[in-house]
Amino acid sequence: MANLNAVGTVGETFALDVERGKIREFAKATRSTNPAYLDRAIPVAPPTFLTVTNFWQPSAGTPWSAAELDGKRVLHAEQQYEFFGPPPVAGMHLQCTSRIEDMYVKQGRRGGDLTFVVMVTDFTDEEGTLVARATMTGVETARAAKEDA
Amino acid sequence: MSEHAIPAPWTMEPQTRTDFVRYQGASGDMNPIHHDQTYAEAAGYPSPFSVGMLQAGLLGTYATDWLGADNIRSFRVRFKEQVWPDDVLTCTGRVVSHYVRDGVALIDVELDCVRQTGAVAATAWATFVARAEEA
Repeated sequence: MANLNAVGTVGETFALDVERGKIREFAKATRSTNPAYLDRAIPVAPPTFLTVTNFWQPSAGTPWSAAELDGKRVLHAEQQYEFFGPPPVAGMHLQCTSRIEDMYVKQGRRGGDLTFVVMVTDFTDEEGTLVARATMTGVETARAAKEDA
Repeated sequence: MSEHAIPAPWTMEPQTRTDFVRYQGASGDMNPIHHDQTYAEAAGYPSPFSVGMLQAGLLGTYATDWLGADNIRSFRVRFKEQVWPDDVLTCTGRVVSHYVRDGVALIDVELDCVRQTGAVAATAWATFVARAEEA
């Protein structure tokens, strides 16, 4: 049973360095040949690049577990990246803070409740300016994913 | 809206397990369901399946080739259907609206990543600052 009281839980702020080689690796993995990613001395990050928080976010940095979802029934429903100017570029040192923004329950089409969890991560630069925001929406289904396969 | 603002569909070589693993290494999401046959079968699937965020990344590649890597201001993707080894994916896009906000000319577009079956694997909505020729 999900813990709807998790809304507002905030993770510890963590660092993320935007690296040229990582941008190159990410661009190639997403079949890009765009010179903005591959040829510039200071490349820009692709739209979904900030998913590399996977490499930087410590367990204390993620408030996700506070929602107490059953991992076997959780699917990634939506993902958004917003940029409050041009996207980050290589060499930037970002500070990242995640929070549980919202949780809500909907009736599923095939019966059973669907519990949605919205986690927001804010990315600020060294001056403290908000440069990007990631919003992840996960959903806990009524049954294990494999039962729906 | 000008005619050149609509890009040709992008159909890719078939998806491989190597593509999945390469994306997993790049992104740091090493969930074995996307590369480990034994694990996938134990979970009730016929084989590993792709990472949803890979389809998101492919849509990002398509969209930024179209409207410019520096110009993107928002990218939202909804995951709809799994993608499997040997799937042939096609990305398409269309302009939703042109408008001005706070003195900046913006374009909203909608993008689909479609399987060879015709089913949409992922849909994205993106906002770009308009280049001069698109404003």
